[in-house]
Amino acid sequence: MSKATIIVGLDGGEAGNRALTFACGQAKLIGDCALKLVYVIEWSPFSFQTSEENEQRHKRREEELSQARTRIMDPAVKEVTDSGLAVEGIVRHGDVADILDDMAKKHSAQQIVVGRVGLRGLKERMFGGVTGRLAVASSVPVTIIP
Amino acid sequence: MNKFLTTGLGAAAASALPAIASAQEAVGMDQRINEIFAASTGWFVNLIFMSLPGTNFPWIVLWLVVAASVFTIYFGFIQIKAFAHAISLVKGDYSDPNDAGEVSHFQALTTALSGTVGLGNIAGVAVAVGIGGPGATFWMILAGLLGMASKFTECTLGVKYRNEYPDGTVSGGPMYYMTKGFKERGLPLGGFLAIVFSIFTIGGALGGGNMFQANQAHAQISGIVGSYPGWLTGIIFAAVVFAVIVGGIKSIAQVTEKVVPFMGILYVAAALVILIVEYDKIGWAFGQIFEGAFTGLGVAGGFVGALIQGFKRAAFSNEAGVGSAAIAHSAVRTKEPVTEGVVSLLEPFIDTVVICTMTALVITISGVLLMDPATGQFILNEAGTSIQTIDGSSGVQLTSAAFAVGFSWFPYVLAVAVVLFAFSTMISWSYYGLKAWTYLVGEGKTKEIIFKLIFCFFIIVGAAADLGAVIDFSDAMIFAMAVVNITALYCLMPIVKREMNSYFSRLKSGELKKFVK
Repeated sequence: MSKATIIVGLDGGEAGNRALTFACGQAKLIGDCALKLVYVIEWSPFSFQTSEENEQRHKRREEELSQARTRIMDPAVKEVTDSGLAVEGIVRHGDVADILDDMAKKHSAQQIVVGRVGLRGLKERMFGGVTGRLAVASSVPVTIIP
Repeated sequence: MNKFLTTGLGAAAASALPAIASAQEAVGMDQRINEIFAASTGWFVNLIFMSLPGTNFPWIVLWLVVAASVFTIYFGFIQIKAFAHAISLVKGDYSDPNDAGEVSHFQALTTALSGTVGLGNIAGVAVAVGIGGPGATFWMILAGLLGMASKFTECTLGVKYRNEYPDGTVSGGPMYYMTKGFKERGLPLGGFLAIVFSIFTIGGALGGGNMFQANQAHAQISGIVGSYPGWLTGIIFAAVVFAVIVGGIKSIAQVTEKVVPFMGILYVAAALVILIVEYDKIGWAFGQIFEGAFTGLGVAGGFVGALIQGFKRAAFSNEAGVGSAAIAHSAVRTKEPVTEGVVSLLEPFIDTVVICTMTALVITISGVLLMDPATGQFILNEAGTSIQTIDGSSGVQLTSAAFAVGFSWFPYVLAVAVVLFAFSTMISWSYYGLKAWTYLVGEGKTKEIIFKLIFCFFIIVGAAADLGAVIDFSDAMIFAMAVVNITALYCLMPIVKREMNSYFSRLKSGELKKFVK
């Protein structure tokens, strides 16, 4: 068991990669530090679905999980492992900010590192980006990589 | 009894479409469709709505009430006992976070609700109150409360005996608990019941889940833009439904699924605003409802008329005991079938006890039902079959008129709501019908497409036919489903009781816990 834990939020894109690079650097500086890479598939238990979607849901969920693992998580985990750090990949369904914070609590992490996605579009302005919500609600320090 | 409906509504529907004579040829086509349709379904309708010997009380209404009462007592008033737990389950308090991404209780509930909340709550209530007076509301609420126990029973069984296929998809419904459950208990005829149920489900899907919806949507649209032949609406609706269920254009269904709950909330909100503005009349309206429930206040058939209308419309609206919800609810991912049964008992509550009551209160308060100020009794129409209304309307039109007393623009919103409700109910029922169809003929792309084409064709028939003939057929099929389904529920209720006792004792002992967030 490592002394320190850092949660890294991946988004399958550039912002997540920046967060990962930064977190790797931090972990090396800290020394005995494990990384938990978290990728969240946006999903709400309170959305509305048709009967047919419900029938297919279990199958879709498995597909979504396996795709996220092979396309995003596995390459990232491999990259970090190759650099000699302890790492674990976690793929979950839910709300990004909620899950990142849950994982931080569950693994008693010292901080969460996420990349900033440019605030664009009406939706982002109205509801605030994931990074904004995380910064407001999280229970551990959050580092946002520009 | 049922002839009341036919004549009363037929006359009202005709008066709602005064300019129809201008389209002579189209009327000819509408009429032909209507005649063929009424002639070929009449015998079945008569059988289902046959009165008990020596009375004018349809046996089917008694059948539903007795079943709901038996389940209520047998499960120890589960609808009261488990009500708070149901809300807790829907909120996700007992959902394992590791299962995130699966169908949640909330989703199963709202999917099932989108199949039941709709025209039954708008048009059906107006029919009940128009014929049976405000007193019908009392019986409707009672039927809704009792129906919660029927829903609990069928949905628990639906989840327990569903089929889970290797590819991860699920198929559930009464057909499966009839075959598997009966086998487990060593009872005969399970397979036979499943086949009969499937046939009636296809009928119910084409009737109440399709033609009635198309019919009322057309009435609503033509009430605003002026009369035009019904088959035109039918063709447009059929084309859109075709695009969704055959063409697989998911976006239309997804948009509907998101707009429909919004419409439902808007409808209830509008009703609430009207009730708040007219708050001084609420006491009076409830007085009318209670008094009318036992005296009838001069409506046709007296208090029995009110009772029959209330129970009939409640069953048609919340579908408790019909078996359709068991199909919709069986997709949820849960280790405990009882949890889904508990969640499902909210359905008749939301549908009937809340939404239908709102509609009934608005109609009563708005004063669209004409009353003789001297006697305090309702004035009947010339045929003596239903209460006279200010503009002679019935069904959706009556609800529309009642809301228009409060908000003059509301008929336009209601028209949009009706069209969307009709559409989402059609999509839901096309799924129920399809499940019954594939149960009968087997799974396969071609077989599925044949059913979907038949379904689209009946949309056109429904939009063109008279409300009277359509409503008779829809009711008959839905109630026929209930005859078979409730028979099966009686046979299988000990299994549900065992599951229920086991679940609640584990909940009490703390073996099943809330997941702390």
